[in-house]
Amino acid sequence: MSAKTAGLGVGALAALVLLAFVPRLGNAYYLALAISLLQYTVLATAWGMFSGPTRYVSLATTAFFGVGAYTVAVLGEILPWPLVLLIAAALGAIVAAIVGLSTLRLSGVYFVIFTFGLTELIRQLVVWFEVNKSRVLGRYVFVDITQADIYWQLLGLTAAVFLLGWLIARSRLGFALRVIGEDETVATHCGINTTFAKVALFTISATVMTLVGAIMAPRWTYIEPSIAFNSMISFQVLIMALLGGAHRLWGPVLGAVPLTLLFELLSARFPNTFTIILGCIFLLIVYMLPRGVAGLFEKLSTTPGGKTTERVAA
Amino acid sequence: MTTFLTRRAALFAAATCAATLGLTAIAEAQTSIKIGYAISRTGPNTGGAAVTTIPNYELWVKEVNAAGGIKLGDKRVPIEVVQYDDRSNAEEAVRALERLINQDKVDFILPPWGTGLNLAVGPTLNREGYPHIAATAVTDRAPELAKRWPNSFWMLGTSGDAARTLVELLSKLRDEKKIGDTVAMVSIADGFGIDLSTAARPALTNAKFKLAYDKSYPIGTQDLAPIINEVKALNPDVFIAFSYPPDTLALTEQSRIAGLNPKVFYTGVGTAFPLYRQKFGKNTEGVMGIGGWSGDSPAIKDYLARHKASANGAEPDRWASAVTYASLQMLQQAIERVGKIDRAAVIKDLQTGTFETVIGKVKLENNMPTRYWWVGQWQDGEFYGIAPAKNEGARAAIVPKPAWMAP
Repeated sequence: MSAKTAGLGVGALAALVLLAFVPRLGNAYYLALAISLLQYTVLATAWGMFSGPTRYVSLATTAFFGVGAYTVAVLGEILPWPLVLLIAAALGAIVAAIVGLSTLRLSGVYFVIFTFGLTELIRQLVVWFEVNKSRVLGRYVFVDITQADIYWQLLGLTAAVFLLGWLIARSRLGFALRVIGEDETVATHCGINTTFAKVALFTISATVMTLVGAIMAPRWTYIEPSIAFNSMISFQVLIMALLGGAHRLWGPVLGAVPLTLLFELLSARFPNTFTIILGCIFLLIVYMLPRGVAGLFEKLSTTPGGKTTERVAA
Repeated sequence: MTTFLTRRAALFAAATCAATLGLTAIAEAQTSIKIGYAISRTGPNTGGAAVTTIPNYELWVKEVNAAGGIKLGDKRVPIEVVQYDDRSNAEEAVRALERLINQDKVDFILPPWGTGLNLAVGPTLNREGYPHIAATAVTDRAPELAKRWPNSFWMLGTSGDAARTLVELLSKLRDEKKIGDTVAMVSIADGFGIDLSTAARPALTNAKFKLAYDKSYPIGTQDLAPIINEVKALNPDVFIAFSYPPDTLALTEQSRIAGLNPKVFYTGVGTAFPLYRQKFGKNTEGVMGIGGWSGDSPAIKDYLARHKASANGAEPDRWASAVTYASLQMLQQAIERVGKIDRAAVIKDLQTGTFETVIGKVKLENNMPTRYWWVGQWQDGEFYGIAPAKNEGARAAIVPKPAWMAP
């Protein structure tokens, strides 16, 4: 078992080193595509970290992504870059903790609606502040960060997220979350502090999303609330994680990579019918792959009737 | 046997591929100019792009190709268009441009619609050395951006200029004793409204106008009646609304219903749209708004007719449309003067050359035009430019505005 883990670790490290050379290919288009792939991989994995085990469907991805992007818009030109990232992460964590404490007692569809509203709430707060206090709407970010820098930062974050997810799955926290996902009442009776476990994981996942927003912001030069808080991101991440299978740490990647490539292909080949084709594909995914690609793999690799859900996420 | 067949098939396939590639290579010896753009065909920017940008791109390509193409040296080569939908999304716009440059290898790129997207694609176009003629971006940082990205040209000017020109016009009208000095100002709580009201506020105070009302409303506000009723109670001489198209229409309609009829009635983006005249007909008479054009000039009249013929009868707006078309003419003239696909030389020509366009002779200074239309007024069914008054073709303002009529 430990040999297998070591093998996996070496494989992951080798992949990481290989991927680090993508900017050296010298093609800005492939670099842009790679940035996009990493962005959605991190977002979907972070989403799956919380929503997978707990089965709480969150549409707040955009809210945290936007907080990160706006932190860069406000502080990017004033403070050194690592400090900006640190502040963005801290802000994301604080917002997530407050939101988590006040809402994770909600469940089912109420939680979904609240998280969707959260994005709009934060966006309107930012607009209100900019209109009435700072009297600028739309900020410029001129920081000295190249596309390759963005790529490497995202790659680092991807590695960190997988490591973190792997560690959590092996910890008491990860076990507690899986119990909560199976039956929250039972978890409470077992003496698990369900609120703490949920808020802790929600905060970790949100901090990662905030960092992605902060890292991506220098790509746009110009940031206004409608750009930073674009609710499409929430939906795309959700569908990617569902396609991949959110109950496995590596599941969301299996959704993020093909869907990002598909979006790219569709918008290149069918710019005018993009939305229609996309809608049909979503329907297919929901009907044909209810447990995602990860679920499909498991089905293929186990004997009929074999139990798969109890395996530890790897 | 099977191996042989497969091998032969593979050889055949390889040969076909090579032949195709070879053909493309020959074809690319400048028999066409590839022009690419990513434009908002879906999402919140669709309305603006569909009125101001897309019809002009299509009109220009159609006309140039009908004339045989763009002149390179002593032959004409047709334009080949590659286009994408940026879905009104900055990230998507940047990626589409990187695809145009690196995969499609286009020769030139036309800009997206709107301030935000033009700023978003600025760094990419600058890095890759493509000329960037932003015809639909109004930003106060335009002069600074032009310095930062010498390949970028900011055709619509700054919002500070827009607000100051309006106040100058008002001061002149007051000196002529045509209006008093009470002003009511409302603005939309979005980029445009905030920039303009921020510039107008000190300009009005410095010109000793009394700002009796100064409020902003959130984007998407449906009921503007309370604002109009409050303004009407103050009975101002001047009503200024730095508004977006939906609220420009709603404010005008509400003013007509409430009978708010100040001597000067000014609304923001959308006043110059053909839709505005369709909706208000004779009631447009005397309404002022941002933009305008020299409606009497033969070049503009000709452009209007060609635009209508090309876009199934749809008319251009009276502000950025003609500027967009003029920017395409400038690009074409710059390419023809250079005589080959040399983007650095084309940028240089755009910076220094003089161009004959539908909006008259254009010579850029510091990558920006020297003349803009900032205030227009509906007069007898056409939206004429009235300020700055020194512009060629400027009409005199009709003040006071005639009373609203029942529709």
